[in-house]
Amino acid sequence: MAAIDTISPAQDPRLPEPYVVKRVDQDTPDTFSLTLHPEGSVKPIPFRPGQFSMLWVFGVGELPISISGDASEPNKLVYTVRSVGKATHALVSRGAGDQVGVRGPFGVGWPMETARGRDVVIVAGGIGLAPLRPVIYEVLGNREQYGRLVILYGARSPRDVIYRKELSAWARQRETQVLTTVDYGGLSWHGHVGVVTTLFRYARLHPSRSIAMICGPEIMMRFVTRELETLGLNRDDIYVSMERNMKCGEGFCGHCQYGAHFICKDGPVFPYQKIRPLLDKYEL
Amino acid sequence: METLERIIAEHPFFADLEPAYTALLTGCASNVRFSPGTYIFREGQEANHFYLLRSGKIALETLTGRSSPITVETLEEGDVLGWSWLVPPYVCNFHARALQETRAIALDGKCLRGKCEQNHDLGYEFLKRFAQIMVRRLHATRFQLLDVYAAR
Amino acid sequence: MARLKQKNDAPQVLEARLLPTLLETLSRHGYDVIGPTVRDGAIVLDHIQSPEQLPAGWTDEQTAGHYRLKSREDRAFFGYAVGPDSWKKYLHPAELMLWSAQKQNGDFRILNNAGEPGRPFALFGVRACDLAAIAKQDRVMMGDQYRNPPYASRRENAFIVAVQCTKSAETCFCASLQTGPRAAGGFDLCLTEMTDARGHCFVVRTGSKRGVELLSELDTTAATDEQQRLEADLVEAAARSQKRAVQTEGLKKFLEDNFDHEGWQKLAARCLTCGNCTMVCPTCFCTTVEDSSNLAGTHAERWRRWDSCFTLSFSYIHGGSIRSSTHARYRQWLTHKFSTWIDQFGSLGCVGCGRCITWCPVGIDVTESIRTLREGNSHGNP
Repeated sequence: MAAIDTISPAQDPRLPEPYVVKRVDQDTPDTFSLTLHPEGSVKPIPFRPGQFSMLWVFGVGELPISISGDASEPNKLVYTVRSVGKATHALVSRGAGDQVGVRGPFGVGWPMETARGRDVVIVAGGIGLAPLRPVIYEVLGNREQYGRLVILYGARSPRDVIYRKELSAWARQRETQVLTTVDYGGLSWHGHVGVVTTLFRYARLHPSRSIAMICGPEIMMRFVTRELETLGLNRDDIYVSMERNMKCGEGFCGHCQYGAHFICKDGPVFPYQKIRPLLDKYEL
Repeated sequence: METLERIIAEHPFFADLEPAYTALLTGCASNVRFSPGTYIFREGQEANHFYLLRSGKIALETLTGRSSPITVETLEEGDVLGWSWLVPPYVCNFHARALQETRAIALDGKCLRGKCEQNHDLGYEFLKRFAQIMVRRLHATRFQLLDVYAAR
Repeated sequence: MARLKQKNDAPQVLEARLLPTLLETLSRHGYDVIGPTVRDGAIVLDHIQSPEQLPAGWTDEQTAGHYRLKSREDRAFFGYAVGPDSWKKYLHPAELMLWSAQKQNGDFRILNNAGEPGRPFALFGVRACDLAAIAKQDRVMMGDQYRNPPYASRRENAFIVAVQCTKSAETCFCASLQTGPRAAGGFDLCLTEMTDARGHCFVVRTGSKRGVELLSELDTTAATDEQQRLEADLVEAAARSQKRAVQTEGLKKFLEDNFDHEGWQKLAARCLTCGNCTMVCPTCFCTTVEDSSNLAGTHAERWRRWDSCFTLSFSYIHGGSIRSSTHARYRQWLTHKFSTWIDQFGSLGCVGCGRCITWCPVGIDVTESIRTLREGNSHGNP
């Protein structure tokens, strides 16, 4: 069943394939989107929304990064990276023409098959919108196959809002509601201010026909899942994307264990029902 | 007056309120309108009113002392603005500024405090509704304080 | 052919003086023989070129945090229990280069040049607990969604000569986990050593076609009923002598229900988070990768190294380590072995070899830990 949302690496998953940076777009002061194209004889790798790759910078190291581009354009891999450490800094410092090694795609993605015919509610926090952007592309690109699209997005402050232009463009699509909020606003911000859960009271959603997909910091997902349950969404209809330190992507290195789950191959996307008992365990 | 009563009855904050109470409230209510940029109340000012928002958007702002004011919350249609009138010393804690053309029902807090003192059933009904909102906002505030998207 | 068939069916007896012939035969068949030998005051595993390297006449004394070699009165080759090494040292090497890369004119090229094994291994002297451990690692490395090529290439052609234990160490608890001391399968040949006044020999059983073929090249006789009875008795006695045990019934559920058990902190109070238990554990499979490059930035390598869930870096994600306290890391290790491994791979992750008990510098005993937890105040446990 989960296999539908999974595509396994075509080549040896241990060996990075050379890709070339085509462009780098700055989303916020510390967040950048890299567009990569396969180099030479490298075949483009299809992926499912929610899957991730291991990105390698020569001489620096490797990082798990969710694919944030359009799954219908597999010859173009887009990654949105926040520069918070040495490796992420090296990654976002790549320029057009530079090479990046790519392994993957890995993991189980969002349940797009299950979402067919239903309202799709996306709740994202911070850079958590990145792994959900392929879902938005998929829904908007196949509009008749899905019900309403509700996007609830929370960022720290107005300057931390990623995909700002796209958010406005999505808001203009039919059957689509986009609400963006920031934890702290300034004089020039005329949008919502308040944590992402405060958006629910303005969202037009039908709990019984909705499927919710959440990505953000773990604390944020805990708050959001509780709110969704209060609204009447079925636990089986809520999906979350988890993060641990994936090293191999194949369930061998053991680093990403979360209870009995290997986030890299059993996730990163999990049905909320499946991991609900684990979410409030401290130091699991 | 009849339309005012209906507006109050239909506002989510007063959903399913006993009609007798709604009539009582209407006596303390008035229709108000704020153009963008108008301050509805300011921090430190005596808190005499609360507002049932019908349309538009209000920002709750505070001064950080360092730069321009920051907005800690926005409120919109269906929300309630202001509860400082309910508890002593009846002083506003934030600036409330209209971000858009905003329509609201203003309720006279002083008048209501008197009515609640006379009719404890009404008072209890009132407190229950405000308590819900206050708890929800307290949770949201804690979530906000966690600053979950900060780079660590 | 008749002789071959006979050997397939019935256990044989190999005289101890012919053990060198068995080693020679394995070498002649192209195997790189790995077996026990004495080094640095312990019985470790190494390449065996000559039978003199085997620890004949040695035994060990093991308790929690304690290991000493002692000499035996006889010349038994296998009169000791497992040492600090396990066979994962060869099947799942502690350090392995996965690939290297060259950079020229700004472009890199990955060279698929992982360190490949040379000749196939003959693992000589694999105890029942370690057979079980190899089966568990097989499941992890070759029986799941992905296949681990470095493991598979070492494992698939390996010839396994098992040895049934006739002596348990004080730290052994395989009997309680039904992983030993009897070797039930997973070997090509299985030896049981007998040494007494009547002589010194091995009862040899075969577990594969390869085993049958190899054994047919050796000079053996059919084992008598008495010899077979003695074989069973010796192994049974080794089982009975085990003092440590893990009560597995209900343990998985108990650990699931007792994540917040107050006992974890007490148990971990002595833990130094050194990771010794994970290094000596024959089933622990966790690794990390390290990337390095030369100063000129023209050559890069990726190395895979054993890692331990007892390190802080193991659970590090942006913002800090998930399991920052010692008790959380001890709980992760123990819970993985006795609970979540079952969810992941369908069996326990522990084989009862007792290495983690012996090699813990402060003598933390996993069997005692489990008993203490279950006897203490708990949820979901009557």
